[in-house]
Amino acid sequence: MSFTHKHILGIEQLAKEDIKLILDTADAFKEVNSREIKKVPTLRGKTIINAFFEASTRTRLSFEIAGKRLSADTVNISGSTSSVVKGETLEDTAKNIEAMSPDIIVIRHGHSGSPHYLAERVGCSVINAGDGTHEHPSQALLDLMTMREHKGSIEGLEVAIVGDIAHSRVVRSNIYALSKMGARVRLCGPGTMLPIGIERLGNVEVCTDMREAIKDADVVMMLRIQMERQSNIMIPSLREYARFYGLNPTNLLLAKPDAIVMHPGPMNRGVEISSVVADGVQNVILDQVENGVAVRMALLYLVSGVESMQTK
Amino acid sequence: MAKILIKGGRVISPAQKLDDICDVLIEKGKITAIGKKLDSKGTEVIDASGKVVTPGLVDIHVHLRDPGLEYKEDIASGTLSAVTGGFTAVACMPNTDPVNDSQTVTSYILKKAADEGHCRVFPIASITKGLDGESLTEMGELRALGVYAVSDDGKPVSNPQLMRRAMEYAKPFGLTITSHAEDLDLVGSGVMNEGPVSTELGLKGIPWVSEDSATAREVMLAEFTGAHLHVAHVSTKGSIDIVRQAKKRGVNVTCEAAPHHFTLTDDAVRGYNTNAKMNPPLRSEEDREAVRQGIADGTVDAIATDHAPHHIDEKNVEFSIAMNGIVGLETALPLTLKLVEEGVIDLPKAVALLTCGPAESLGLPVGQLEVGGAADITVIDPNLEWTVEAQKLASKSKNTPFDGWQMKGAAVCTIVAGKIAYKRG
Repeated sequence: MSFTHKHILGIEQLAKEDIKLILDTADAFKEVNSREIKKVPTLRGKTIINAFFEASTRTRLSFEIAGKRLSADTVNISGSTSSVVKGETLEDTAKNIEAMSPDIIVIRHGHSGSPHYLAERVGCSVINAGDGTHEHPSQALLDLMTMREHKGSIEGLEVAIVGDIAHSRVVRSNIYALSKMGARVRLCGPGTMLPIGIERLGNVEVCTDMREAIKDADVVMMLRIQMERQSNIMIPSLREYARFYGLNPTNLLLAKPDAIVMHPGPMNRGVEISSVVADGVQNVILDQVENGVAVRMALLYLVSGVESMQTK
Repeated sequence: MAKILIKGGRVISPAQKLDDICDVLIEKGKITAIGKKLDSKGTEVIDASGKVVTPGLVDIHVHLRDPGLEYKEDIASGTLSAVTGGFTAVACMPNTDPVNDSQTVTSYILKKAADEGHCRVFPIASITKGLDGESLTEMGELRALGVYAVSDDGKPVSNPQLMRRAMEYAKPFGLTITSHAEDLDLVGSGVMNEGPVSTELGLKGIPWVSEDSATAREVMLAEFTGAHLHVAHVSTKGSIDIVRQAKKRGVNVTCEAAPHHFTLTDDAVRGYNTNAKMNPPLRSEEDREAVRQGIADGTVDAIATDHAPHHIDEKNVEFSIAMNGIVGLETALPLTLKLVEEGVIDLPKAVALLTCGPAESLGLPVGQLEVGGAADITVIDPNLEWTVEAQKLASKSKNTPFDGWQMKGAAVCTIVAGKIAYKRG
C-alpha cells in the first residue's frame, strides 16, 4: 500500500486504507517522541511553513514539533503578523510563500475551503490544519489513533460526540474518519447547534437527549463550547448548557464502564466537562495531545514521500 | 436608414397571439408590415428560414454598474452583452455608486445609454435615498423622467412600515415596487443555501425561510395597499407557493425567476466555486423543481437574469468573502430554450417569459411585435450549438458558472429600433 495523496485537505478524500496507513505510520513514529534524542533525519533539507491565519496554540505547536523531530526546517507565520493584515489576498500570500520553495504548507484558516483554494494555486503539498467550520483532519486522525490504542480497533465502536456540532470542524472530520473505519457516531447538542443534513455525512445518528447519546458508548467526545463566539441566541446560559450538555460523573455512568473520555481542547472546565471527569481515570485527553505529534509526523512524512516520488 | 426585411422565419409574438411563418418589414425604426412573401426590393434581407423571430428580449433585472463601478461593467459593455444575448431592453438596478436615487443619476444613465448604449435602458430607481432603508426617494419626479419601477435590490427594505408607505406612495404614480424579498436577520452571515451541502462544506447557510417570510410580508403589504408588487428572483418552493396563492386571491403581484435558479442547485457550490455564489443562493433540487413548476403554470411572469458582473479579483478569493452574483445576459436565452427542450414549457411560452412577460411586469412599453410599433426584434436560431467561453463574453466580467457548458440556441441577430445592434458570426 503506497500513499498517493499529495495534499491532506480533509478526511473526506481519504480511503480506509489511507487512514490505516497514516495510523500505522504514526504508531511507528510515536516511539521517537520517547527517545532521549527526539529526532530522526527523515525530512532533512525539507522546508515546512506553518501558516496559521487563525489563532492556535496546540495544533501549531504540534505541527512545529512534528516537523522539527523529522529534521525539517519549520517556519511559522501567523495571521496577526502576516501581510494579510495589510490587505494581501490569500492567493498573493500563497504565491509569495511558494516563491521561497517550501515543500509543505500547513494551513489553518478561518474560511472553510481555504486549503483547497491554496492547493489549486501552489505546487507544493498542502496540509489542512483546520479550515473554518469544515474539516480538521489531523485532529480526527489523532483521535482515531487514541481510540485504537485504548480500544484495540475502531471498527464497531460507539462514539458519542456532544456539543456545538454546527460550528465544529472536528466533528465533520471525525464523522468521515469513524464512518470509514466502521464505527458508529452519535451526535448531540442544543437544537441551535445541529446543522441540517449532518447525518448524511456518514454513519451518524442524531440524538436530542445527551443521555441517549452517551448510553453504552465506548467513547465520549466533548466539544468545546466556543464561549468567545456565542451570542445569547444560541444558548441561554452556560449554566443551563452545563446542565443539559455537560459531561459529569453522573451521566458518564451511562456510558460503558471502560468508556474513554476525549476532548479536542482547549477545555472549558465546568461547562462542557466537569473537572472531576476531565481529570478522571477515563480521560485520555493528554494522550490525544501526545498522539497529535506522532500523527502529524506521519502526515508530513507521507505527503513528502508522494512529493519526492512525483519528482523522480 | 435602410429598409430591412426579415424573411421566412417563424414569427412568435405572444402579446399579439402571433405564431406563423412570415416576413417582417422594418422601415425608419418601425415595423411597417408583417405578412407572407413581402417584397424584398430595396431592402436588406435577413434570411430567417429555420429561425425564430421574436419581439426583442427584455431583461428587467440587470446590474450595469454605471455610474461608479465601471471596472465591473459600464453601460456600453453591459448593453453590448445584452444585445449579444438577444436582449433589446434592460432595466438596471439602482445599487450603483452613487445610488440611483435621484433625477441626476437617472438622467445620467438615460443620457449615457442614448449616447453609448447598444439597447434600450430603463433605469430602476431606489425606494429609499442611498438605499438607507429610511426615507423615500422622489418617486413622482423619477416617474416623470421615465422610471417605471423602484427597488432597493440587494439591500432589502427591512422596516415594514417604510415598505407600506413606499407602496402607498408609489401606487398613484403607476410605479411598480420590485422587491428583493429577504429577511436579513434570518440570513445572518450566511453565504450559501442552508442544507446538507452547506453542512458538508462548513459554510454558513441562508435558510429558505429568510426568503419565504419576506415574500409573504411583501405580498401581504401589496394586498393591503393595492400597489403593484414585483417579486425579484424567486428561488424557493415557499415563495413560489406564496405568489401562486396571492395571484389566486387577486393580489396585484408579479414575479420573476432567474435562469441559474431553474438550472442549478447548491450542488454547484461544491469545490467552493465562487461563480456559484449569488443572492438569493442556488437552492435545493426541490426548490429548483418548484421554480420550474411555477414557470410552467404561469406563477412566474418573467425570466430575468440578475446579471451581476464582478471583477475577477472579487471572485478569486475564499468562498466566504467572494462577492455575490453572476453575469447572465449571454446565457439566459439558451437556458430558457432548455426548458422547452425538457418539456417544461413550449416555445411561445418561452418567448413570452422573455418579452411581454417581463415588459408587463414593470409596465415597460416594449416586448411587442406589431405593425406601427418599434422595430425591436430578435432573430433566434434555436438549434445553434455552441460552447460558453467565459473569456469571450461581451460583458466586462466573466463570472459565470456556465463556463464550458454546451448550449443549444442563440440570438443570431438583434435589432434595436430598426438598426442591427448585433449579428452573430
